[in-house]
Amino acid sequence: MAKEKEKTTYSTGAALLLESLVNQGVEIIFGYPGGAVLPIYDALLNTSIRHVLPRHEQTAVHAADAYARVSGEVGVCLATSGPGATNLVTGIATAYMDSVPIVVLTGQVPTSLLGTDSFQEVDIAGITLPITKHSYIVKDPRDIPRIVKEAFHIASTGRPGPVLIDLPKNVLAEENVVPKPAELDLPSYKFFTKGNAGQIEEAVRVIKESERPVLYAGGGVITAEASEVLQEVVEITNIPVVTTLMGIGSMPSDHPNVLGMVGMHGTVAANHAVNDCDLLIAVGVRFDDRVTSGLGQRFATNAKIIHIDVDPAEIGKVVRAHVPIVGSAKLVLEEIKENLTPPKCEEWWTRIRTWIEEKPQEDPNILTPQAIIKELGNIAKDDAIVTTDVGQHQMWAAQGYPVKNPRHFITSAGLGTMGFGLPAAIGAQIAAPDKQVFLVTGDGSFQMSIQELATTVQCDLPVKIILMNNGVLGMVRQLQKLFLDERYSQIQLKDNPDFIKVAEAYGIKGIRVTEVSQIRQALEDAINHPGPILLDFIISEDEVVTPMVPPGKKLTEMLGR
Amino acid sequence: MQHTLVVLVENNPGVLTRVAGLFARRAYNISSLTVCQTENPAISRMTIVVDGDDTVIEQVMKQLHKLVVVHKVLDLTEETVVERELALVRVKVKSDTRLEILQIVDVFRGRVVDMGRTNLTVELTGDAEKIDAFVRTIRPFGLMELVRTGKIAMTRLDS
Ligand SMILES: Cc1ncc(C[n+]2csc(CCOP(=O)(O)OP(=O)(O)O)c2C)c(N)n1
Repeated sequence: MAKEKEKTTYSTGAALLLESLVNQGVEIIFGYPGGAVLPIYDALLNTSIRHVLPRHEQTAVHAADAYARVSGEVGVCLATSGPGATNLVTGIATAYMDSVPIVVLTGQVPTSLLGTDSFQEVDIAGITLPITKHSYIVKDPRDIPRIVKEAFHIASTGRPGPVLIDLPKNVLAEENVVPKPAELDLPSYKFFTKGNAGQIEEAVRVIKESERPVLYAGGGVITAEASEVLQEVVEITNIPVVTTLMGIGSMPSDHPNVLGMVGMHGTVAANHAVNDCDLLIAVGVRFDDRVTSGLGQRFATNAKIIHIDVDPAEIGKVVRAHVPIVGSAKLVLEEIKENLTPPKCEEWWTRIRTWIEEKPQEDPNILTPQAIIKELGNIAKDDAIVTTDVGQHQMWAAQGYPVKNPRHFITSAGLGTMGFGLPAAIGAQIAAPDKQVFLVTGDGSFQMSIQELATTVQCDLPVKIILMNNGVLGMVRQLQKLFLDERYSQIQLKDNPDFIKVAEAYGIKGIRVTEVSQIRQALEDAINHPGPILLDFIISEDEVVTPMVPPGKKLTEMLGR
Repeated sequence: MQHTLVVLVENNPGVLTRVAGLFARRAYNISSLTVCQTENPAISRMTIVVDGDDTVIEQVMKQLHKLVVVHKVLDLTEETVVERELALVRVKVKSDTRLEILQIVDVFRGRVVDMGRTNLTVELTGDAEKIDAFVRTIRPFGLMELVRTGKIAMTRLDS
């Protein structure tokens, strides 16, 4: 009898926490230990959950984020109180901006010390208030199962986002906890799935009557698993498609209807098409200023706008939608598809074709970033995952890499977080151990997470690092070059280390590439190498990302091609 | 334009911070905010008077709706409502002004709740305009201190 009872009680709050995570299907936690979370690390010794130990908490949260983006599951990370928790902030903001479902666990000082400026105490729930979808401070260990369940529910439903659970040490350490039932108690939480039938009918009508329609697909399509139905809608209607940075992979990039990325570094065809369309079907997008140039109501002025989004607050935030539809992209597109009459857009395509042009051929003897990305696209498997850092290299990858599938291009779009790339590659490779994972990075960004080379080794993660080494903070240099009369300020990374030697110090193979003719061989070597590898591509500091819509200009006022 | 929003929220710690934080970071202007428990102890009611055009107010309401702890958001601006504010006003009195001040208080249906030799304190309820008018009238006598609760409001039910 006594034995039986022991089974239903749990020794500690920490053990109950891990049990609750297992009940949510959690298999892996990215975390970093410390005093306040000792009870969790002790309890970890007795669970099936795998724990990955990076070299910085920011990596833990970025990796959990990328794990979520690749797998579609909720990512979980863990840090101790105080500095451990504050080191998560950039990663939480990154996930928040890109609507990625993660659950963030932070240690906290004991409740008796809360509010007393005690050692390693910060109000992390307060600090992260604007960058979390919701947060909890656990006061009673018996609530842990409910709170964990709620956190996963909130993180993954509606518009996904990070949820933080702050766990005071005494709550984690309390023994013989008899949990309260793990039932959702969220009377005010609501989210939308099915779109309004009348609006859907109206959407079908305006699509039928349109002459120059464009479909503008974003991250919401990928999150909602709507890629398949999107492609069906496109094939029934023959509507051209542009994607956002987050929407890359929502349609196969080589699909004949895909015009490429729209916005600041979008393609000529995509930008002209959006500017001239008479109907913009916006799905899972938020009219970010990287797309609209911050023009707001002056964006795509010739067009009626159908705006489909799961978050009602996105509709009408930047532009007025003529047909607003709140709901999951998948369910809404499925219903639209049911009654769809294709518009007549042959003439429109004739016009669009005049905008589709090959990028001007660069000098074939120069090692250009475009040549590297192109070769990578040729040689990587169709289901390879590419993660990026932030800067010019990110845009070259976005423009040039042929992404075939959703959840296969992982980039920090909304926050633009340098240092995201290597942690993201780690999270991606763990989520998809059998796939090729390439990191496209720059020498600035790479050095914000370079210590994580150790994690790739420790966890046996064969990520292939494509370093576009231009010796400068290229994207900032480009802005200074184009808009500040070449007055370069603080963009030189003159005393960069020898990255090959750095890699070797971590036990990682490195290959330097200086000639176009070496690209193919180097990439093949990387793919055939069983472990992680670094390819150090030496490129010119003077390369620029084009086309470029200067801030505040219309999409058609692009510099370069 | 000023809008009066009623926000029903869960009565949890941190709720006020979430709501106030949202206004701050999205640069919305709160003119006044009152919070109190409702007939249901699990729910608190906020009355928020906020400045902004229709698009701003629409965003405010949608963003409020997104908070996990927000139960309901209503804009009472276009509704017929009963709205009240409570003010405590302390004013200087001299022997030759006392009578006049008391008459003014009477006209505004205020109540004297504290009286000293040199000052008196008036309690006044009404809509914002009425309180503004009272304060304007009384100010020349020497306004010493003023507290206002901010607006609370309820829709009228047509019976
Ligand atoms: C954490 C962070 N700090 C600063 C920036 C501003 N920023 C954007 S791109 C960039 C330069 C990136 O340089 P690098 O990683 O070398 O890439 P490149 O542009 O040269 O390809 C900077 C500093 C940022 N996006 N993130």
